[in-house]
Amino acid sequence: MNDCLHVELERDESVMVMGEDVGRAGGVFRATAGLLDRFGADRCVDTPLAEAGILGTAVGLCMAGWRPVCEMQYDAFSYPSFEQLINHVGRYRWRTGGGMEFPITIRMPYGGGVRAPELHDDSPEAYYVHTPGIKVAIPSTPADAKGLLAAAIRDPDPVVVLEPKLVYRTARGDVPDGEHVVPLGKARLAREGSDLTIVAYGSMVGVAEGAAGALDASVEVLDLRTLKPIDEEALLATAGKTGRVVIVQEAPRTCGYAAEVAAILAEKAILDLHGPILRVTGYDVPYPYWQIEDAYMPSVERVVDAAQRLLDF
Amino acid sequence: MAQVLPAERDLRRVIGDGESVPDGEVDGLDESDFLELYRSLVLLRTYDERSVVYHSQGRIGTYAIFWNHEAMQAGSAYALARDDWIFPSYRESAIGLLRGMPPSTVLSWWRGHPAGWWNPRDYNVASICVPIGTHVPHAAGLAWGKRLKGESAIAIVYFGDGATSEGSFHEGANFAAVMRAPLILFCNNNQWAISTPLAAQTRAETLADKAVGYGMPGLRVDGTDVLAVYEATREAVERARAGEGPTFIEAVSYRVAPHATADDQSAYIDLERVEEERKRECVGRYEGYLRRLGLLTDEQVAQIRAEAADAMRAGIALAEAEPAPDAGLLFEHAYVDPPPSFARDLAELRRILDR
Repeated sequence: MNDCLHVELERDESVMVMGEDVGRAGGVFRATAGLLDRFGADRCVDTPLAEAGILGTAVGLCMAGWRPVCEMQYDAFSYPSFEQLINHVGRYRWRTGGGMEFPITIRMPYGGGVRAPELHDDSPEAYYVHTPGIKVAIPSTPADAKGLLAAAIRDPDPVVVLEPKLVYRTARGDVPDGEHVVPLGKARLAREGSDLTIVAYGSMVGVAEGAAGALDASVEVLDLRTLKPIDEEALLATAGKTGRVVIVQEAPRTCGYAAEVAAILAEKAILDLHGPILRVTGYDVPYPYWQIEDAYMPSVERVVDAAQRLLDF
Repeated sequence: MAQVLPAERDLRRVIGDGESVPDGEVDGLDESDFLELYRSLVLLRTYDERSVVYHSQGRIGTYAIFWNHEAMQAGSAYALARDDWIFPSYRESAIGLLRGMPPSTVLSWWRGHPAGWWNPRDYNVASICVPIGTHVPHAAGLAWGKRLKGESAIAIVYFGDGATSEGSFHEGANFAAVMRAPLILFCNNNQWAISTPLAAQTRAETLADKAVGYGMPGLRVDGTDVLAVYEATREAVERARAGEGPTFIEAVSYRVAPHATADDQSAYIDLERVEEERKRECVGRYEGYLRRLGLLTDEQVAQIRAEAADAMRAGIALAEAEPAPDAGLLFEHAYVDPPPSFARDLAELRRILDR
């Protein structure tokens, strides 16, 4: 993320980074380290502690010709900014009859599994995906983290990039040097197989890959990468190929993103399917205290169990 | 940084009452300025009164009345340069008329027709903000962004007394101060938020007192005195232009009409007080001032009113002549680069609509 921000601020002088502790501290996850020294306090701005103010002023900054990249310090801390997101960020271009653009990027660490205090663990993607006028991307690898963020910053529409904290901590992988863009709306086939597909995104891609390796079957893993717009072509292609789909999401189940994926499959792939579409998700409870968070999180075991049931169906 | 003192207690006034309170003077305004201000007031008044009629005739939808707010809008806008940005709430829905926006555009907005959605860049007037106070951060961001780019434009944002209770007002005001944004926070304190009186909105003695907490000056002005509003705004414009940051202006008036056409204020307001306040409404006060100075004749009044009435007649005719919007518009403008589902959804919708 940090490399991407350095590249994009260098490439386009209208790009600016703003948020709590992004300047002097370089961000609580170090995503913005070095930007203040390199690009100055006008383009790497330590803001007051006010998430609605951050996103609301970003709307005005766009009107003045800037491309703001707003950091929300944690998933759940972004909720105060929903008023701006829903009422204005997702509507303002429409409201101007297409006269103005609002190329805002909102990035934040999300998700659990990192032994953090309450409200540092949420998976809020469904709220964002449900908001018209917004796009949503979630990387699962270091290279995609750089490439999707670059695509978000260059995109003319508002884009939310959710960065899995678990991947921050655990993932290792090569990241291309210099400019690297992963187009929005394109899924990635993380693993090829022919018997069953596990559809996942963000930190659940690793869990899906773990389950795929543990199953005695040929399992495909589709990493969606962009939740909105969804790569429907890739989703229908894998469903058509394997005929069995398990969807994994860390967020609570009801009206979660997996439900949308399942609905698309039910509408467009029902005749390709050999069994029910299964979901493995978090539960409809507040994200728990961390001593029992492992029981909440979709695990390799839970995904294997669901996949086996489907294979045996 | 200059010391920020508690807000003024007294309301600034220029216009007297023609009897015991003498008229004051404003530097820098000549006869044509005085008449231009009058023309603006009459245009806004005519817009508002005709809109209430159009609503009763079913020609526009629910409408937020701004009768007796005209002096706050016209006086403050007159202190701005054309490059400066205006961020209206729904109470200032027609303020674009002062920037050359056709009445048909604003009427179309209240008719729920897409012809009422303008490009803010055409007038440097942002879109009408419907949710309370949520545009204060936008104005702060624009003003801050202009300062960062070294441009001289400033911004003004209008909101009511109720908006000062909202979180977005607070966050926007604080951002503006911290970022030294060249912004004027213009509060039209008409003392009512639908049915909630100011006393139930705040324990602060004055709304301008809030300014000191943000480290900005707070001015208090009689909101029915167009010249006092103009002068106070001009002072705030000069501060902003000089790089001294934002100013909070509390303009005090009284809401003598219902909140909107859908509201019945007799349920909660003292109608005798309303009648009292109507006697000192802002357009009449200014007209009296100009007549006392010998700057306005009956013929001019008749002519200016007729021009405004003509503009409204032409405006509603144009708005009503707009063709019905095509359903395809549903899928336009939300994204520069829309998701592929939009084209499929539109094709599906057309298949059914075209049956």
